[in-house]
Amino acid sequence: MSKRLFMIVAVLVIVSLGMVSCQGAGGGGTIKIATQSPLSGGQSAIGVDIKNGAELALEQLKKPLEDMGFKVELAPYDDQANPDNGVANAKKIVADPAVLCVVGHYNSGVQIPSSEEYHAAQLANVSPANTNPRVTDRGYIEVSRIVGRDDVQGVVAAQFAQSKGMKSAYVIHDKTAYGQGIAEFFRKEAENLGMQVLGFEGTEEKANFDAILAPLLSANPDVIFFGGIYDQASVFFKQAREKGFMGMLLSDDGYDSPEAINIGGPALLQGGGLYYTTVAGPAKLYPGTAKFQADFKAKYNADPKPFAAQGYDAMAICLKAIENAAKAAGNKMPTREAVSKEVRNLKDFPGITGTINFNEKGDLVTAKYFVIQVTSADPAMWNDNKIDQTLEIAPPK
Amino acid sequence: MRRIDVLTFLREVLRPLGQIIIFVLISSATLSLVVLLLSLILRGTPVNAMTLEKYGTDLVSYTLVNLPQVLIDGVTIGFVYATIALGYTMVYGVLEFINFAHSEIFAIGAFIGVEILIVLDGAGILKSASLGMAYVWLVLAILAGMVVAGTAAVIMERLAYRPLRGAPRLVPLISAIGVSFFLQDAIRLIESLTTGQFHRIIPTFGNFDARFSLAQMNILGNSVDLSIQSKSVIVILAAILMVVGLNYLVNATKLGKAIRSVAQDRPTASLMGINVNLIISMTFLIGGALGGAAGVLYALKFTRIDPFVGFFPGLKAFTAAVLGGIGNITGALLGGIVLGMLETFAGSYLSVFTMGAAGAEYKDILAFAILIGVLIFRPSGLLGEQVGQKA
Repeated sequence: MSKRLFMIVAVLVIVSLGMVSCQGAGGGGTIKIATQSPLSGGQSAIGVDIKNGAELALEQLKKPLEDMGFKVELAPYDDQANPDNGVANAKKIVADPAVLCVVGHYNSGVQIPSSEEYHAAQLANVSPANTNPRVTDRGYIEVSRIVGRDDVQGVVAAQFAQSKGMKSAYVIHDKTAYGQGIAEFFRKEAENLGMQVLGFEGTEEKANFDAILAPLLSANPDVIFFGGIYDQASVFFKQAREKGFMGMLLSDDGYDSPEAINIGGPALLQGGGLYYTTVAGPAKLYPGTAKFQADFKAKYNADPKPFAAQGYDAMAICLKAIENAAKAAGNKMPTREAVSKEVRNLKDFPGITGTINFNEKGDLVTAKYFVIQVTSADPAMWNDNKIDQTLEIAPPK
Repeated sequence: MRRIDVLTFLREVLRPLGQIIIFVLISSATLSLVVLLLSLILRGTPVNAMTLEKYGTDLVSYTLVNLPQVLIDGVTIGFVYATIALGYTMVYGVLEFINFAHSEIFAIGAFIGVEILIVLDGAGILKSASLGMAYVWLVLAILAGMVVAGTAAVIMERLAYRPLRGAPRLVPLISAIGVSFFLQDAIRLIESLTTGQFHRIIPTFGNFDARFSLAQMNILGNSVDLSIQSKSVIVILAAILMVVGLNYLVNATKLGKAIRSVAQDRPTASLMGINVNLIISMTFLIGGALGGAAGVLYALKFTRIDPFVGFFPGLKAFTAAVLGGIGNITGALLGGIVLGMLETFAGSYLSVFTMGAAGAEYKDILAFAILIGVLIFRPSGLLGEQVGQKA
């Protein structure tokens, strides 16, 4: 018995040694780029398309690296929109020396703790969707993002509400770093503008909003602002309308998903209407995305959902930075540190969502913000919603 | 002989109906009085000024104006808790162990009902259905949820609990927790394999979302439109039907007599020729079916379900069963109504009374604090063993 065990162990050792030596040999070696986004659960509709956007970019843009003799692979991870899973995945990603760049996260509350792992390992992280200020305010050289910030987005939302003549607001958030963060920026700006903020509540409830709605309905605000993600916000909005709230419904870029109107139904469009601010408009808004949309549709048989184009660009930035770092290292496997620096060194990078330049914190030098009115209860028409405002704003100093 | 049957029937139907009415009235009246008293006490404090500024009315009229809607919401969720609590209480009454997997039975019912409705919706049947047919489809979905959930409960008992029947009490309890996790992940697996996402939304059809106005009232100069959604009415009616039906089944039928005798004394019951295993299976079937129906009703009322949907309602229903006196059908009903009311009252008034310091999110803390208080003084629950009728 023990002899057989010894044999098995011996075989395993030999096989693993063989694998290690294989990795050491081959020309340039394998480069992996990880993605992290919710691939399952309530927010998977968006998370899967972030991954798909990145996958498409990898296929289309890996040629220069392959010409240098590298094998380029995608390593998709599912963070389930949950900080614990995000950090556990981040540990796995960091432990794999082939990973040189991470495209990731949809939720700021997941990105912030996970990126501590990337930072410790000097691994570059390009964020396609995280808007919380803390994402870049920590000043990590590894973390860059290609979307705007909530301290601008919340302000844009409040200014928009005021421009529509709203005098009072009721603010609800989901208690995550992202939702609560943007809700607080909204509240602050609304108060600055002289709007009356009648309530500010956080909730993790996903189904039964009776108790929160009772005081809200008595306060009868002109607008409800929900800081959070569509799978919760839309159920909340639906119940508010069912209980007779006819004012404006306003949310944030977390609301940007066709699933939102599928959950909420046509009632949301009644009365004061349904609006959301976002840092990533539908792909067709960006001049450079025509080919991307066609390719995406051909490969995945569906229109790209919000943030898919950002996923594409984040991957493109990763690939370019790795390429530059590899060239600087004499066509050898670059270090993670070098890749992180090269991400920031990109000048006027031609992304499909615009020309990308990072500032010293890792924010875009100027980012786009949109206010969108939902105009159809048909989820298939989500990309045709009306753009109410488009703004280009630099991050606050 | 016939006459007596009719009398028993009437007694067993009217008695629980009377109990329901009394419980709802008493808990409504008590809680309304408490909040009114609180609002009167707080009238001279800054709380009043703040309410005046925010809502344009003083504290007392704010409390009064909101009261009817809070009562309706509280009763609705209370009945949902009560129907789930019945499942806990039935099993506890017979086996004296807490079936923690009951919340997953609830979730299974919800998923079956919702998936059937989604399929019907996908086939375009719901959109074109007349009002009558919409109700038929809903009833069908509820029945399917009941059948599958009941069957799942029976299988669960056979596989996970029966082999452990002679074991110390903690063992089946741990087994129940294991089954609970297993079922959660099984639903997750099936849903992600088949639909790719594991939260599901019940389709909008029929007139279930419509509200109809019950009364236009005038409270202290504020006109209040008292209205209720038709789906809330459906939830309440279905729950009442289930409670009355179960009560009749347990107290007035041969099967019920057998269930009661197994609950009282299992060895003696088996000596009297009762097939104990069969009766225990039947208990799980009935409890599971009630849980499954509650699941579909919950999805109807609150729109969205996921594999973990059973956890909180299950926990609260368990609490309701303990609050009312576990093992006691009437107790489960009372506990559910009281807990639902407490929670809704806490959620609706907490933020106003504390000037926004403790919002609706703290409703559970308050509700459970009161629960602990009740159990300190009445460890066997509100009704406890005083009503010696075990399920």
